[in-house]
Amino acid sequence: MSILILAEHDNSTLKTETLKTVAAAQKIGTDITLLVVGFNCQNVVEPAAKINGVNKVLVCDNLVYEHQLAENISLLIAELATDYEHILATASTTGKNIMPRVAALLDVTQISDIIGVESSDTFIRPIYAGNAIATVQSLDIKKVITVRATTFEVVASDGNADIIKINSLFSTETSSHLKDEFTESERPDLGAANVVISGGRGMQSAENFKLLDGIADKLGAAIGASRAAVDAGFVSNDMQVGQTGKIVAPDLYIAVGISGAIQHLAGMKDSKVIVAINKDPDAPIFQVADYGIIADLFDVIPELESKL
Amino acid sequence: MKVLVPIKRVIDYNVKVRVKNDNSNVDLTNAKMAINPFCEIAVEEAIRLKEVGQATEVIAVSIGDKACQEQLRSALALGADRAIHIEIEESLTGNIDSINIAKLLQKIVEEEQPQLVILGKQAIDSDNNQTGQMLAALTGMPQGTFASAIEVNDDKVNVTREVDGGLQTLTLSLPAIITTDLRLNTPRYASLPNIMKAKRKPLVVRDASEFAVDLTPRTKQIKVISPPQRQAGIIVASIDELIDKLKNEAKVIS
Repeated sequence: MSILILAEHDNSTLKTETLKTVAAAQKIGTDITLLVVGFNCQNVVEPAAKINGVNKVLVCDNLVYEHQLAENISLLIAELATDYEHILATASTTGKNIMPRVAALLDVTQISDIIGVESSDTFIRPIYAGNAIATVQSLDIKKVITVRATTFEVVASDGNADIIKINSLFSTETSSHLKDEFTESERPDLGAANVVISGGRGMQSAENFKLLDGIADKLGAAIGASRAAVDAGFVSNDMQVGQTGKIVAPDLYIAVGISGAIQHLAGMKDSKVIVAINKDPDAPIFQVADYGIIADLFDVIPELESKL
Repeated sequence: MKVLVPIKRVIDYNVKVRVKNDNSNVDLTNAKMAINPFCEIAVEEAIRLKEVGQATEVIAVSIGDKACQEQLRSALALGADRAIHIEIEESLTGNIDSINIAKLLQKIVEEEQPQLVILGKQAIDSDNNQTGQMLAALTGMPQGTFASAIEVNDDKVNVTREVDGGLQTLTLSLPAIITTDLRLNTPRYASLPNIMKAKRKPLVVRDASEFAVDLTPRTKQIKVISPPQRQAGIIVASIDELIDKLKNEAKVIS
């Protein structure tokens, strides 16, 4: 069972999610190759080669791959795919963008967002916003898979894989990169944080979201949000936790002023401990919360911050 | 410019699904069905392009059993000009893999030659997030997935995408495939006169077998179970009690 994994990176840092995707791959087989494709991405190669369980790192470094355009990278992966039975990527926006295109080029369907591996062709994945868990067998010759990183552990980094440079260039010219507008943040990455504090509609304004900063600082937490808070313009959309935003599973998730709609729960109900702060005792969030406080968040947030 | 909008009939997003007792699937008996929310956003965007004079015709297409004509009529009531229903065998309803959906849509793209195809980024039932990307690969078109803004200029389209960490803007040559994210727009409601008018708009039914696409399933659903239930939690009376519990009981803070 030879497995190819697309490494998740931003040309300078290898994302932790890749180490979790390798953990999922190890449940499928032992012959694991990592593909690092990008531009000026040498800093990613060394940590990639150290990941336990990875035998080989393919490096394809060229300007045409700088922004991870799906059109170009999917052709590269499809070319490499002849040597592999399984092709995996993290279910990030990059993986979700590229991998179905790879699958179609290979004339197979994709198994999206797996949370478990039953065997080399059978996988477990949530459907209906996580309200049902399906066990699915792939009947295709090649398996193209995206992995929900939060359900797998980070593998150790004491390996020593062979590094092989490759020079396949694919550039379709039909798509080009114009600009990025990334949110600057000193806080840990939402997907990887051990503690997440999220605000919802109950925060009432963008200004009030700053109330969460103090607690986030003390706990080393990432700040998230519900769709209502994003739609109301309180915070940017990349902070959204839920079925259509980020899926998180931290040790501690603190939901502040969030009612707990199905779509939000889909993104956080695998957290180890959930705390809900809400003044509505009937809010559905209390049905999944380990600890709940029925109170006005504007009273208890400052108190919580001062007592931590 | 012709715009094609594939839409899917799915369970209403407010309905909490139940798993069947025999674990064969979820139980959709008598469940309220609707246009997938992301597809609704796709329809809205196509209609807005028509309203500003950039699109000349908006065609809605859906693949499924006869029931999905209800969602096609809804799309017509929202402003689509005509609809195509690709009817599939009943045994395949709700059980057709994305790659095969994409292949059927590819045939419609070849026939209709749209300049833009706008799809939802994912269906809220299967949560796959695949079909748009697959259709792009099969047609060789560029893709702008998870779009939160679209700007058409002559033979190009700028697509702002919601990516991890922020926003990314790409320039794609037309024809192109776009998949919608939640913040692209707020879909309108159909007015009663438009619902009446939609009944007279053309809706063509095509049998999937016409297209010579092999629809053999690529996956087999072994079982469907309910997710593990969380232990019932407790309501604490004070912040002091909460901090104590988090430190000493749950041990998630120190």
